[in-house]
Order: sequence, then structure tokens, then C-alpha cells
Amino acid sequence: MALDAGWAERWVRRTADAVADAKDELTELDRQIGDGDHGENLHRGFQAVVARLDDAAAERGGDEADDERTVGDVLKLVATTLMSTVGGASGPLYGTAYLRASKVSGRAQIDPPAVVAVLEAALEGVSSRGKATVGEKTMVDAWQAAVDAAEAAAGDGGSEVDVLRAAAEAADTAATGTIPLVATKGRASYLGERSAGHEDPGARSTALVLGAAMAAALSGPTSGPTSGPTSGPADPRSAA
Amino acid sequence: MTARVALLLVSHSADLARGAAELAGQMAPDVLVRGVGGGPDGGLGTSLDAVQKELGEILATLAEGPVAAGEADGGVVVLGDLGSSVLTVEAALELDDELAEHVVLARAPFVEGAVAAAVTAHGGADLTAVLASANASAAMYQEPDEQGAAPSDAAAPGDESATSRTVTVRNPLGLHARPAALVSRKVAELGAAVTIDGVDASSVLQLMALGATQGRELRVEATGERAAEAVTTVVEMIDGGFGEV
Repeated sequence: MALDAGWAERWVRRTADAVADAKDELTELDRQIGDGDHGENLHRGFQAVVARLDDAAAERGGDEADDERTVGDVLKLVATTLMSTVGGASGPLYGTAYLRASKVSGRAQIDPPAVVAVLEAALEGVSSRGKATVGEKTMVDAWQAAVDAAEAAAGDGGSEVDVLRAAAEAADTAATGTIPLVATKGRASYLGERSAGHEDPGARSTALVLGAAMAAALSGPTSGPTSGPTSGPADPRSAA
Repeated sequence: MTARVALLLVSHSADLARGAAELAGQMAPDVLVRGVGGGPDGGLGTSLDAVQKELGEILATLAEGPVAAGEADGGVVVLGDLGSSVLTVEAALELDDELAEHVVLARAPFVEGAVAAAVTAHGGADLTAVLASANASAAMYQEPDEQGAAPSDAAAPGDESATSRTVTVRNPLGLHARPAALVSRKVAELGAAVTIDGVDASSVLQLMALGATQGRELRVEATGERAAEAVTTVVEMIDGGFGEV
């Protein structure tokens, strides 16, 4: 099963749910070593993304056969919405990740090598925008681990789900692995040695994002949470 | 008259952006200096939409003024304060290629860079020169021997074309921000290499860093074809007390 725009949308909606559930945890992590706004900012951003996806679904009138979007179209919408609504550094960082990812996924469906390319583009976006490399206790640690694992899984002939599972698990492990590190990039670096002993909130949220990507691939197209209006052809915009 | 290079100061804080723009703008009245800050929810942070809107408005203003008047090589120099403001500006430039052609992001201390860039832009400098002026402002925190070739080399004793005179600061507040801006703008306009007590007189920040208060004697030196005229002009400005005596 190749991954399409429907998968991308499920991915984003699941991310929004995961971030909503983990909002307080992320904020607490960020309060310990940053400025304490990561959970709230990311939550606001993904809720705005969901609202825009809802509007787009309503415009299609609930007929998913009319969904002519590419994977990249969905990711581009995520990018611009996050950049406009998040406010903190995670807005432009995640925004750039999704933007670069959208540029390599302008197709109706993506196969395992293309999934790896999407993750690589996202990593490249985060690391170039944040000027960070591995080991500096940032979200780059989780993205890099995810890309390495995804490449290995795709190289072994794994399916889309295999690739995303490998990425998600590696990101989760890498996020936990940021705990003993001393931050040398980002707001946490102002704390120096005192940043050790705390998990990096950006690496944790990256693990959530990639966990949602795997779950969305597993859930399949039929159980899509979105379906838009189910009754009648009434113009959905009139209800707004 | 509007200078061909404008400034946008992007901060986490709307108040900080506004204050820095006021400060830089006061020292360079011909330069369009705008500040933008605060997140989408109005708290601390940076709003991409607000940054894009400001850049659009500034470019529209430049297009009506200096660009319409035939001035090339203009544009906008942007300064950001921390993290997300810098990242947001970079993201805005990545999203819009057209914007990236006319907008450059400085790597400079927020307030010092804004003041230096504004004063340089006031003299009609192009985008590259204003950007360089902002970026050079970080050097004011370095020890003198780290600053590279000392500008006083240009007017070293024994140089045939060098001219020098001394003058005493007369106004009570000395060479503070406004007088320093007046002197550095005039020096840039004269096009001569002028130093005051060994520092580059076209740099408003270096002049302010002299901390020259009332009663201090300053040595004004210049080289080049118009050296004598430049020295006389600067000495008269300082001796005139900048309208403050």
C-alpha cells in the first residue's frame, strides 16, 4: 500500500491529537530547560492545521474521490500554517521541515524510498534552519536517528509501514537519549551543564510526530477520521 | 526624501521592536525603520504573517519612493533579536523568492546593529553597505587589537596628505547618540577617511564608544583629497556644540 494524501492528512490529524494529549508534558519539559511554551505553541499550531484541513475537506463536499491533492500539497499546508501560528522557534523549525518534505513529495503516492526522502528533507530543513547537528540536544537528534533507521529499513526492502515504524522507534529512543546530554544549541544551551538530566522537548515532539506517521499508515484509508459533512449537498461554507 | 535602504527590526517583543525602531529612526530621519514583534497570540514570540506584511509594506513604500526615482540596489536589511525571530525571517525568505531578492538578514547585535545600519542607510548607502555596517557593529565589543587594521593607520603621522586638528567638546552631554550620528553621517557624505581620536568617524558606534564628554579634547584627522575640508567641517560641528550649548 503506497502512501497518499489521505495518509498525509491522517498523519497530521493524529499528530494534532498526540500533541494535544502530550501538551502539558511538552510544556513541562520545556519549562525545565527552555521558555516553557513548546507544548502550548505546538498545540495551537496543529489545531490551526486541523481547522484548515476541515475547511478543505468541507470544500470537497465529503467526496474523497475528489481528493486530487498530492502528499506534498498536504505537507505544504502544514508548513505554512505552523509557521504562521506557532510563534516560538518550533514554528519555523517544524514549518521548514514540512516545507522541505513537501518539495520531495509532490506526487499522488509515495513508496518506501520516497518516504525516506521525505524524512531526509525534513531533517535537512530542521538542521539547516536551526544550524544544529547531532548531539546538541535538539530535535535534530531525533530526526537524524529516524532518517538513519528509515534508510536501513528501506534498504532491507521494508514496506512503507516498516520504514515509518523504524523511524518512529528510533526517534523515540533518540528523544530519551537526549536526557544526559548538555545542550549546545537553542534556548537550553543558555543553561549549560544544568541542561543535562532533562529530555529535550523538541526531540520528544519529533518522536510524537513520527509515531503519528506510523499509526496513520497502519490505520489505512477506510478509518479516516475526516469525512467532512455526511448529509446532503448543502454548501458547507454556509454553516460556518 | 526616503533612503533607498529600509530597516525592519524583528523582536520577540512588540515593545522592544518598537523601541529599537524609534531609537534607530531618530538617528536617521530619512530612513524608513519599522519594528515588528510578538507572537500570533499577541504574547512574546514572532508572527510570520506580521513579518511578511511589514516586508510587503516596506517594499511597496520603497517602490513608490526611491525605486520610482531611479535608485537601484536598495532593499530591506532585517535584524532579529533571538531564536524564533531570526528563524521566522529566514522562513519568510525561503517561502518567497521575490522577497529574498530585496531583503537581507543581518547577523548583528539588535540595537547596535540597527543604529549603525540606520546611520549608514541615511547617507544613501546601498543594500550591501548597510548590511556590512550592521554586521560590523559586533566588533565594538572586541578588544581593540582584535578589530583588525586600526583606522588610524589611514592618518598615521608622517602621511603627506594627512591633516589634523584638535577640538574641545563643548556640549554638556558630549558625543552622545544624536551628535555621533550627525558626525558619522557627515563624514560618510564627505567621502574622506576621517578618524577622531583614532576611531573611524564614519562609524556612529565607534564615536559613541569614545565616551567623549564635555571638555574633552579630540584629535580629528583625515586623509585623501578632501582631507582639509573634512577636518574643518568635523571640527566646526563639534565646536558648534550640536545646537546643545
